[in-house]
Amino acid sequence: MMAYVLRRLLYAIPILIGVNLLTFWLFFFVNSPDDMARMHLGMKRVTPAAIAQWKEARGFDKPLLLNREAAGVEKLTDTIFFRHSLRLFVFDFGRAEDNRDIRREIGERMGPSLAIALPSFLVGLLTYVSFALLLVFFRASYVDVWGVVLCVVLMSISTMFYVIGGQYLIGKLWSLVPISGYGDDGPGAIRFLLLPMAVGIAAAVGLRTRLYRTFFLEEINKDYVRTARAKGLNEWRVLFVHVLRNALIPILTGVVVVIPALFLGSLILESFFGIPGLGSYTIDAIHAQDFFVVRAMVFLGSVLYIVGLILTDISYMLVDPRVRLY
Amino acid sequence: MATVLLLAVPVAIHAAWNDPYPAHEQGQNILYTAFRERPKHLDPARSYSSNEYDFIAQIYEPPFQYHYLKRPFQLVPLTASAMPVPVYLDRQGRPLPAGAPVASIAYSVYTIRIQPGIRYQPHPAFARDDRGVPRYHQLTAAELARIHTIGDFPHYGTRELVAADYVHQIKRLAHPRLHSPVLSVMQDYVVGLKDYAANLRREHARLNRKGRGPALDLERYPLKGVETIDRYTYRVTIHGKYPPLLYWMAMPFFAPMAPEVDRFFSQPGLRERNLTLDWYPVGTGPYMLTVNNPNRQMVLERNPHYRDERYPAQGEAGDRQRGLLADAGRRLPFIDRIVFSLEKENIPYWNKFLQGYYDRSVVPTESFDQAVRFTGSGDTDISDDMKVRGIHLRTSVATSTYYLGFNMLDPVVGGNNERARKLRRAISIAIDIEEQISIFRNGRGIAAQGPIPPGIFGYLPGCAGLNRYVYQCVRDAPQRRSLSEARRLLAEAGYPDGSDRRTGRPLLIYFDTPATGPAEKARFDWYAKQLARLNIQLVVRATDYNRFQEKMRKGDAQLFEWGWNADYPDPENFLFLLYGPNKKVGGEGENASNYDNPEFNRLFEQLKNLDDSPQRLHLIGQALEVARRDAPWIWGVHPRQYTLDHAWLHNAKPHQMANNTLKYLRLDPALRRERREAWNRPVRWPLVLVGGVLLAGLIPAVVLYRRRERSTAA
Repeated sequence: MMAYVLRRLLYAIPILIGVNLLTFWLFFFVNSPDDMARMHLGMKRVTPAAIAQWKEARGFDKPLLLNREAAGVEKLTDTIFFRHSLRLFVFDFGRAEDNRDIRREIGERMGPSLAIALPSFLVGLLTYVSFALLLVFFRASYVDVWGVVLCVVLMSISTMFYVIGGQYLIGKLWSLVPISGYGDDGPGAIRFLLLPMAVGIAAAVGLRTRLYRTFFLEEINKDYVRTARAKGLNEWRVLFVHVLRNALIPILTGVVVVIPALFLGSLILESFFGIPGLGSYTIDAIHAQDFFVVRAMVFLGSVLYIVGLILTDISYMLVDPRVRLY
Repeated sequence: MATVLLLAVPVAIHAAWNDPYPAHEQGQNILYTAFRERPKHLDPARSYSSNEYDFIAQIYEPPFQYHYLKRPFQLVPLTASAMPVPVYLDRQGRPLPAGAPVASIAYSVYTIRIQPGIRYQPHPAFARDDRGVPRYHQLTAAELARIHTIGDFPHYGTRELVAADYVHQIKRLAHPRLHSPVLSVMQDYVVGLKDYAANLRREHARLNRKGRGPALDLERYPLKGVETIDRYTYRVTIHGKYPPLLYWMAMPFFAPMAPEVDRFFSQPGLRERNLTLDWYPVGTGPYMLTVNNPNRQMVLERNPHYRDERYPAQGEAGDRQRGLLADAGRRLPFIDRIVFSLEKENIPYWNKFLQGYYDRSVVPTESFDQAVRFTGSGDTDISDDMKVRGIHLRTSVATSTYYLGFNMLDPVVGGNNERARKLRRAISIAIDIEEQISIFRNGRGIAAQGPIPPGIFGYLPGCAGLNRYVYQCVRDAPQRRSLSEARRLLAEAGYPDGSDRRTGRPLLIYFDTPATGPAEKARFDWYAKQLARLNIQLVVRATDYNRFQEKMRKGDAQLFEWGWNADYPDPENFLFLLYGPNKKVGGEGENASNYDNPEFNRLFEQLKNLDDSPQRLHLIGQALEVARRDAPWIWGVHPRQYTLDHAWLHNAKPHQMANNTLKYLRLDPALRRERREAWNRPVRWPLVLVGGVLLAGLIPAVVLYRRRERSTAA
């Protein structure tokens, strides 16, 4: 298995270089360094001299990918891409446009993102699996029919509706929790997390329950289930011990891969609920055209996604003894 | 979700479960407000946007400020002991009388004396040991290892504000690493600043040739036009006469900066911890920044060393009746802490204001009908719902202008000839700005008659300030000229019934805008509909701001929309947007229309450096007449701003120019606490209902389960 993991990690290097190139291309070919300078220097009284100084201070006065005027290897190394991208591989993200250290900022914002994402993920997973198993248990009954109808209704509603409706109904009309905000004062901070968690789970419950129900239904008529029933096991045991375990592989495909990405937070929820996590950090950076932050977040997202995929493969091996990683 | 909500019950320990603030803050003298986007810079040499001024204007103190209550806007001393009277000199350095012609004035000398005894906020940069040596100016690696925020320094100090601190800050405007946005303006005026900036750039490049070198010591380089006279006096010498300099000197760009603070933050290791002067302002103002988390919350607290400043005893007519002079003569500031919470979205911001968790709010467009109602006479008033809550509405016309500009370099709509003028005037008449204000701004704005907004010298209300090319005066009020007149002008311009007389093709106008998104579509359709009345076809080219700016720089636009907010309350700050040498194309200036009329340019040069006087007003009138005749802009809108304050907030008066106004506000925390509790009683029945529904749903499920378990296999 170690050889497999090592090989996958080595494969990751060209992938990350490609991701870097793509981010770089999107930023610098769509927006020239002059555009970025104007964006950051403000809308008023921006002179060519100020733009030149801004670019020089960031090394944006160099050629993008190939420095024809340089000699030897500097043709490649004395470029914006090389100077700003190589450091990423040692997780040196540099400084944001507001002069704050990006690595430090990511470290500070990871906590709030995880505070929302991790409980939402765990409680959500438990909820979706339980509801799906419940529907499967009552399959072909009115509980199943109306449960599926409810799922279709829930998944047809936009996430924004859950956000705005949740804030209005639970936060404003019923005054049960703060409408938005984030606290770092210990247990009292939990009340800020309840509404975004509830909204995050509610927004996904329809889709996920239906998906998992399908996975379970595929298993429910297989021979091993019939055998389990023939042995006299009750239906709960059949579902939770046998069916759940065998349906785990398709579930894990979608679940394990997102675990590392939980650090990156949620773009919509964090913005609407005023949570100072990495999701809102990314959105802000995109709006502000802060290349350094966007590039760092895309890079980090890619790394975490690759880690997620490797973990998924490992998890297959753990839940299914037939799977071997070479 | 029900389970989650049920969990909320034991967690919520506040009287109001939805109170977003810590329980111990209840009843305290704290102002709660919000910021919409995180500030980029808090360094007074760099900061140039209103969301940053919300913070630093309470911390940094330039020598002058705007009088809080008086209108028109008036400068008064802040840290200065008096307003300086400039001394004018000729080329030989001989004094000239006050009324000397502008052309004869080679230099203006401003001598500014500051009040003694003003002290900086407590800060580690000022901390000294028993021998008087700064404690933290040579931090070791071991010391740095324990430092993560400014609060981690155990010792603080202060010192008296001196004139040299102001001189240091003016020098900082030229620092190549700071990119101060006012350097380009100031180096044309402050004697020697251009050379000084060039000198610093060279030195900076030399020191940083091999990576990040040592910080520039600005004290080593003298600046000819700015000098310290004595401990409390400094002198600024500028080229020629430039009265707006005093307005600039009321902005944070000219606030004092203690050199030792600069040195403190220049130490290696602090920058890596995000401890920079750009993020940790150090000033003499009424407040100091004690919590600096732009991702969530910024907190200003009362500066314990703040000097004895008093609430103004005079205002404009009506201020006494409005209760704005009730605190006259009382010591400032009134509020102990100001908590700014990051609130990016309108809906939670508005709802929290209604719950009493923000003390003031703007009126979001989507909530306008909830907050404001129109009276029978067409005026606006606070809605009954808001009135019941004791909320006050305050309105003011912004010192801004949003206009539609013609590119004067365009072969169709541009040019300084009668054909093009008539075409532009026809379009100006056809676009009904009053209707636009009514539909898209909920009536929040007034139709502009020229570039100068109300509140600025040169603006004349009513028919006296009428743009007679687009309006006529009917019963002492402006009335838009008729469409038939627009059609006549269009025909005279060579486009009868909207078609080119030579080719017979319909006239097509391209409209460039940086406004994108579905919400803007209705507005663009409205513009197209307006021009369709003249049979002119409008093609909207909405693009992102970068592309838009690029088009403007290259002169590729035909008709476009843009705006300008006043830097200072002087007509020069608006008329320069039409000054020829200030053109966007070729000049990289702010004249986006590329309007260049020698007659207007001459008048502008005459009036720009005059003091406000009948002569200046006359010249402004002449310049406006030329601009209105040429119609390089469809003059657009001066927006009206609406703000709402809760009943417990006192002394609020909108001020379009001043930013340091939080020190004047006063709170009634007891009333706020009472109202908040009344408005936010938790409604418990939904929790019981959700729990009940879950239980009720379980019963048939259990029945079904039992039935299945008992049944035989099929």
